[in-house]
Amino acid sequence: MSEAARKGMKPKKNRAGLWGIYLALALIYIWAFSGMNLPEIKPTAGQITKSIFNGMFHPDWDYVSDPGGEDLLHGLLDTLAIAALGTFISAVLCVPFAFWAAANMSKGKAASGTGKFVLSFIRTFPELVMAIMFIKAVGPGSFAGVLALGLHSIGMLGKLFSEEVENMDLGPTEALMATGANRFQILWFAVIPQVITGFLSYTLYRFEINVRSAAVLGVIGAGGIGTPLIFALTSRDWNRVGIILLGIIVMVTVIDLISGYLRRKIV
Amino acid sequence: MKVGIQKVIEFKNVSKTYPNGVKGLKNINLTIEKGEFVVVVGLSGAGKSTLLRSINRLNEVTEGEIVIAGKSITNSSGASLRRIRRDIGMIFQSFNLVKRSTVLRNVLSGRVGYHSTFRTVLGLFPNEDVNLAFEALERVNILDKAYTRADQLSGGQQQRVSIARALAQEAKIILADEPVASLDPLTTKHVMDDLRRINQELGITTVVNLHHVDLAQEYATRIIGMRAGEIVFDGPVEEATDDKFSEIYGRPLQNNELLGATV
Amino acid sequence: MMNQPIKTSIPKPPSKIKNYVTLLLVLFLLWGSSIQTDSSLAELVAGFPNMMDLLNQMVPPNWGYFDNITDAMLETIRMAVIGTTFGAILAIPIALFSASNLIQNIWVFYPIRFILNLIRTVPDLLLASIFVAIFGLGSLPGILALMVFSIGLIAKLTYESIEAIDPGPLEAMEAVGANKIQLIVFGVIPQVAAHFISYVLYTFEINVRAAAVLGLVGAGGIGLFYNKTLGFLEYDKTSSIIIYTLVAVLAIDYISTKLREKLL
Ligand SMILES: Nc1ncnc2c1ncn2[C@@H]1O[C@H](COP(=O)(O)OP(=O)(O)OP(=O)(O)O)[C@@H](O)[C@H]1O
Ligand SMILES: [Mg+2]
Repeated sequence: MSEAARKGMKPKKNRAGLWGIYLALALIYIWAFSGMNLPEIKPTAGQITKSIFNGMFHPDWDYVSDPGGEDLLHGLLDTLAIAALGTFISAVLCVPFAFWAAANMSKGKAASGTGKFVLSFIRTFPELVMAIMFIKAVGPGSFAGVLALGLHSIGMLGKLFSEEVENMDLGPTEALMATGANRFQILWFAVIPQVITGFLSYTLYRFEINVRSAAVLGVIGAGGIGTPLIFALTSRDWNRVGIILLGIIVMVTVIDLISGYLRRKIV
Repeated sequence: MKVGIQKVIEFKNVSKTYPNGVKGLKNINLTIEKGEFVVVVGLSGAGKSTLLRSINRLNEVTEGEIVIAGKSITNSSGASLRRIRRDIGMIFQSFNLVKRSTVLRNVLSGRVGYHSTFRTVLGLFPNEDVNLAFEALERVNILDKAYTRADQLSGGQQQRVSIARALAQEAKIILADEPVASLDPLTTKHVMDDLRRINQELGITTVVNLHHVDLAQEYATRIIGMRAGEIVFDGPVEEATDDKFSEIYGRPLQNNELLGATV
Repeated sequence: MMNQPIKTSIPKPPSKIKNYVTLLLVLFLLWGSSIQTDSSLAELVAGFPNMMDLLNQMVPPNWGYFDNITDAMLETIRMAVIGTTFGAILAIPIALFSASNLIQNIWVFYPIRFILNLIRTVPDLLLASIFVAIFGLGSLPGILALMVFSIGLIAKLTYESIEAIDPGPLEAMEAVGANKIQLIVFGVIPQVAAHFISYVLYTFEINVRAAAVLGLVGAGGIGLFYNKTLGFLEYDKTSSIIIYTLVAVLAIDYISTKLREKLL
């Protein structure tokens, strides 16, 4: 074996670089921990923890269904409705963004790069802050939550959709162009059939995420089960906290199961 | 012009330079007449695909003009370009079917050029179109697969679907860029037979790029040899002897350029 | 042109009833959802001027306010660092005990996985509100919420990669009589370490975003300032917070993504 070949086989480790990373990590941790003042734990903490667990095991069953009143089922249904409608809106609105950001559909690298940046901007804008802004526009309630999820989810769905479009086979597009189809017909007959299942699957996935998000929106008054949970927490009604938490856990689990099943069926 | 002979494809001083400077075509002058079965041969990189894809303008040429049945495709754009393309069916090495769509939908997609966007998007193809699609499938012997998803077919069957697509398109010209390169010898024969039958029965002018010299000799009525972007041979199949092929390739024929006795 | 009669019979199209029923069901669900949430386009259009008004007040952002919120921004990042770190450390043993190719006892790995699944159903902000109720306002409940969330995510991703490792080296080691600990140290860790670090970084990215809003429920970090500025109708300051957060999150995302690409 030649000298050069033997050298090439040795794993070349950048020792200095590695130590640099270790040092940087150490500094980050020193900074992070020294900046935290030791938290003083309220003497009641243990008591409250016990109460919450107590509440979990003795949930306020009466709250599950209270005809005419604001009950658990009502809150959960509201949460699901917010998630479903928000997901639908974003799945529709993100399609043009996805084609804008897809490198093989946009005219030039600059265009798709801008599209990608816009999507990552939307993704980073916290949905709770969006919800606060929509509350200013349409008042507190579920509708503000729907709009916030609908706008925020564009960021992630648009990115996933655009990746689906980028991974598409361009052959059928060319074949359709050769038959004399116009742009829209090419899109409809060669592009959409290829990407639609991916789009649906990602939409369901985002729906799973949005159900969790919708359960939180109530914290700032944008509808859903979060509002009664915050009320129960502040009024220290632990049995009610328990039943609401159980409700959320059951709802999210069931939705994950159904959505996962559907996603497996689609592909 | 002799009576009964129509110029279907005409290249007038056509050259193509790729953006990276490679000359794909060098001053091509070529006339193809109605009903011909032309096979283009040449080494890899000779410019066969470039030539073929210029005919329906999937490639833009940089100089000269290409005329299809009296209309200049190189000077057309928009609706008139699409109108010309509608008369040219194309068959690809990799079939280029929409894999998740049914066979019927793939064949019907050859008809979209005839209708408004609105109508096609709603899937409102007239009955004649659907019948045309069925007839096309019948002609290539895969009618029973009409409602099967394209990705559930074998390669040979998929290629026949793409031929059916060109038939349903009622194309007057069929271009095929190495249509059998990814098929086994037996399927190759089926597909080439289909192409020849269509050419003879329907009088569709056919231009095929092929790698295999013996296939070319068997099916072509006229052979065009290319080398480095130029036409170095053009004549009826009888004139294309093995010696001529050696000239086109610039060296004796090799075994892998013959399909051999397997067919 | 093609007028020869069709010889073989034309196959029957498959029934489309299932598609129509599905479509109808989806439409019905969406219609029901819009009733349930009182969604109306008219209301959005009517509220649009309000929103424009709000946006108007948000620009230009109050650039001077950046000084006031730098400490909170740093605290946010600290919370994410500490929460992710403790979560990652605790996730290691949990992941090992959830991997069915290491622990063959289904009475061990199924219950642990079940608990992991439960943890992942509760959104981090709700965890934070519960911890605020227990420990009071401050960054401790925020850190705990991030930690619990991190355990759920990192442990799941890690045990899945442990289960996907090449069984060859493990069998070879078992054949020469290695015990469980040796198996893990010499067989498992080298194969999943890079993945694990990548998951930790990924979780850290998520946690920075989450930490930025935990303050809305009183769990520390820059989110606290949303309540402050919105309460006093100082929208130009609100937009400063948003921009600051965006810049920080995008910068951290960028670095973390680059590191993850290097790792794998
Ligand atoms: N998109 C392109 N950009 C730049 N150069 C290209 C491009 N496509 C083809 N070429 C070049 O043009 C020349 C002709 O290519 P062409 O594809 O027409 O050859 P071919 O005869 O079809 O070869 P093959 O038998 O391998 O398909 C080659 O030198 C090729 O490298
Ligand atoms: Mg070629």
